[in-house]
Amino acid sequence: MMGNTMSLVSAALKEGRVAPTELCQRCLSLIKSTKFLNAYITVAEETALKQAEESEKRYKRGQPLGVLDGIPIAVKDNFNTAGIETTCASNMLKGYISPYNATVVQKLLDQGAVLLGKTNLDEFAMGSGSTDGVFGPVRNPWSYSRQYKEKSVPKSHSEDKDSNWVITGGSSGGSAAAVSSFTCFAALGSDTGGSTRNPAAHCGVVGLKPTYGLISRHGLIPLVNSMDVPGILTRCVDDAAVVLGSLAGHDPKDSTTIQDNFKPFELSDLTDVSKLSIGIPKEYHAPGLSSEILALWSKAADLFKNAGAKVIEVSLPHTRYSIVCYHVLCTAEVASNMARFDGLEYGHRSDMNKSTESMYAATRREGFNDVVRGRILSGNYFLLKQNYENYFIKAQKVRRLIANDFVKVFGSGVDILLTPTTLSDAIPYMEFIKEDNRTRSAQDDILTQAANMAGLPAINVPTALSERGLPVGLQFIGRSFQEKQLLTVAKWFEKQVKFPMIQLDEVKRHDHGVFQHQKSASFLEHRT
Amino acid sequence: MSGSVLQYCSTTFAITLCLWGHPYLNSIFLLFFFFFSLTPWVPVVGLEIHAQISSNSKLFSGSQVQFAAPPNSLVSFFDASLPGTLPVLNRRCVEAAVMTGLALNCSINKKSLFDRKHYFYADLPAGYQITQQRVPIAVNGSLSYSLCIDNKMSQMVTKTVRIKQIQLEQDSGKSLHDDVRSQTLVDLNRAGVGLMEVVMEPDMCCGEEAAAAVRELQLILQTLGSSQAVMAEGQLRVDANVSVHHPGEPYGVRTEVKNINSIRFLAKAVDYEIERQIEELESGGTILNETRAFDSKLGCTVPMRDKEGKQDYRFMPEPNLPPLILYNARSLPANMNHQQVVNIDWIHERLPDLPSVKRAKLVEQYGILPEHSFTLLNEAGLTEFFEDVIKQTQMKPKKVIGWILNDLLSYLKQHSLTVKESPVSSFLLADLLNRLEKKEISSTAAKQVFAELWKGEGKTPLEIVKEKKLQLIQDQEDLERICQAVMAIKSGNRKVLNKLIGLVQRETQGRSNPVLVKQLLEKKLSE
Repeated sequence: MMGNTMSLVSAALKEGRVAPTELCQRCLSLIKSTKFLNAYITVAEETALKQAEESEKRYKRGQPLGVLDGIPIAVKDNFNTAGIETTCASNMLKGYISPYNATVVQKLLDQGAVLLGKTNLDEFAMGSGSTDGVFGPVRNPWSYSRQYKEKSVPKSHSEDKDSNWVITGGSSGGSAAAVSSFTCFAALGSDTGGSTRNPAAHCGVVGLKPTYGLISRHGLIPLVNSMDVPGILTRCVDDAAVVLGSLAGHDPKDSTTIQDNFKPFELSDLTDVSKLSIGIPKEYHAPGLSSEILALWSKAADLFKNAGAKVIEVSLPHTRYSIVCYHVLCTAEVASNMARFDGLEYGHRSDMNKSTESMYAATRREGFNDVVRGRILSGNYFLLKQNYENYFIKAQKVRRLIANDFVKVFGSGVDILLTPTTLSDAIPYMEFIKEDNRTRSAQDDILTQAANMAGLPAINVPTALSERGLPVGLQFIGRSFQEKQLLTVAKWFEKQVKFPMIQLDEVKRHDHGVFQHQKSASFLEHRT
Repeated sequence: MSGSVLQYCSTTFAITLCLWGHPYLNSIFLLFFFFFSLTPWVPVVGLEIHAQISSNSKLFSGSQVQFAAPPNSLVSFFDASLPGTLPVLNRRCVEAAVMTGLALNCSINKKSLFDRKHYFYADLPAGYQITQQRVPIAVNGSLSYSLCIDNKMSQMVTKTVRIKQIQLEQDSGKSLHDDVRSQTLVDLNRAGVGLMEVVMEPDMCCGEEAAAAVRELQLILQTLGSSQAVMAEGQLRVDANVSVHHPGEPYGVRTEVKNINSIRFLAKAVDYEIERQIEELESGGTILNETRAFDSKLGCTVPMRDKEGKQDYRFMPEPNLPPLILYNARSLPANMNHQQVVNIDWIHERLPDLPSVKRAKLVEQYGILPEHSFTLLNEAGLTEFFEDVIKQTQMKPKKVIGWILNDLLSYLKQHSLTVKESPVSSFLLADLLNRLEKKEISSTAAKQVFAELWKGEGKTPLEIVKEKKLQLIQDQEDLERICQAVMAIKSGNRKVLNKLIGLVQRETQGRSNPVLVKQLLEKKLSE
């Protein structure tokens, strides 16, 4: 049951095979037994159970609100949730309880979803490991999977067997881990440079970054306003489409959402890919790309080719400037967005009270970690009058060039781009922290952030396990607002690759009983 | 451009400043002219004016806009900059800015942009203000204003100041410093209220010009309804950029004078600053590019404690607001929701008559003097009052204007009342003037009635006239009796004299000294 897709659970709820409260209880107890993953910052047990009870009443009346009614979900802790702490994994907002719900959170609640809690992240979503938050790093559930344990050979017996755990990627690592460890059926992340797709790839789940402007950002605590989008993490592509359908559309509170009506869609099974043109951008053959992933990538391309699709190499020549360009634009907006955290209206306030200015300085020093402070400093430097033209304006121009690369490629008849999502599979935490956040972010975002620069929809589809038994995913990038096409192709691919299910002892322990037969019947047979 | 300023300034020396003329300043000018310097100084004044937009809600949030509401009672999540909140542009504010731009002969930018201006201050919760630094909503306009020469209302000159731009921006909150307890209290009611910043080019050269320009702008804003523009309530805030230089030389270093809260003080502050800069330079000093505050009690400007030197505002495009696109009849998309678009032509067609047009119309329609039209417009509601009286009276407008300006207005001024608060309504005044026009009462009596009406006791002019026995004696019998008496006396009947004295007593309500009256009558009759 717990490992099922949302769609299957939704059907079970509808048919009364499981009650919302029972489902919620199971998730809550699984959250407890997987606490060591550190996926959640706040578990909203009480309100979740209340929401589940309400949902149960609706089901009993035969009036559920839709497919999401009673479905346990988790939300990254940079979305505002009324009455539930919103921390951004920062000392600055520790204990901060927002008076309002982010639009996406409200939409989920309005459709009956049960909010289990808030998931861990890098402080203010600045990072690619989910290792730099004030509540500690998130552990990748696959570190504890039978698949990984079997393949990883302990270097020495004296070594702590626990030191081998791998990172989730980030910054939405908590959400990815939560979906991957079956503690919820869908989760919200955010994606500014790859923060949803990257951890999705490392945790073996689907991670969708929708087109900029399709989903409201109101209530998402911003990293880079012009690139942020709420991301969707699910176990399968169909589920991502369902969640997308429940969230997309104009929000009067976010002026950057499109006015056009969005029609939720169901994904059809693609039977014929021969009319598809798949582009393989050569620049994504980036330095540091593991041979394993490279091989997988070309295997995937062959898969399309053999099925009759047109697969062509394309060029996105400005991709290589993307990292440095992103660095300027991101830090500039960070410097600006973080200015509001001054200790006056909300959040942390230092005891320093010699003057207002000294209070500001101490508050910000105590409230932000080095990564955030570093980005604020560089951002302010780029925005100085004497530097603005040389850095910010230039970066904006480069961004335009990067976006135009995509326009040209899609204009030439390519439907979808196929790329790796990450350079390698997840690496152990001990290894990851050998480099600083800035270096890691630059390395890890390289394959994902161009889509943010251009505002395009992109999705990670779990593809295979690496030699070490860890998930590897591939990315599909589509045309603006062509989510339906993108997800249809992703679904076809998902069906071909038959990504294996995570084998977690903790889940097994929690998932015996009445529903086990359904699990094997409906799921395992095509997920070997 | 400097040529025109120069030319203007030579005339300034020839004529004396007026309106709220500053005789001391003028003599200083002359002193410098004759004793200290062979070349005159050319003062240059530019203005930055913030006008609070008159709207129900704030520029980017739904919070109400209201003056003097309880502290922090009009604050939305966005106004308090709670994380995750986003700005949503208020259409009414855009329309107000377009209206103002059109009234100031600006070209309206079909596409304008919003920027963030960063600085840390307790009453700026986001740490930045959303403004229009790069591409403002309106540019390149002009404002004509008039001022009088030699303090004579009859000698008016019309001048023009160029409007550089009008930009939409957010107001800040208010910080209240409690020095005793060394606390700062913050009220965010004003935070996020829509402002139009009107930037006037340095085309003015003295306090009077600045004051006259601002007064005209104020009238325009009030006519449009785009701002209430009451300086005392902070709805209109004026900062003056002042510098002086010698003719033919580049502009001098300028100072910015802030904290000016009335038009009268604007004139004073600018003139003081010009004088101060000239004195400073004449005595070998230099002018610092600084911000100075006007101290209305001392009548001088003093340096403001600057926030640690020069600020770099680190401007950046506001990423949460798409470009502001305006349409005209031609570019209006057919299938666009009307609630979503602002049509410049539509606004243009509905602009009310501006003060200059109103004045011209008044002069033409009623045959009054141009300076009277200025006075009429200067007082809120006075024109309407005047026109209401005209509608209800047979008296010629040329005569009515005298009553409005000499009587009504001076009473109002004496009692510091607005036209709205006048105890004498247009109806009552018209009634009174009609009686005067019909010769029911004398002009002297009319003034007396007016004084009675001012008391606001609810009496009609007729009641007052009767009560005070002010009517001209129209009764034939009465008059015949008086005439007969006079004739009788003339022919030697001295007894009738007492009757005559009685009539005088009646006319004066018995307050005249009978002995004196008798003497006077005897003298008159013997003539």
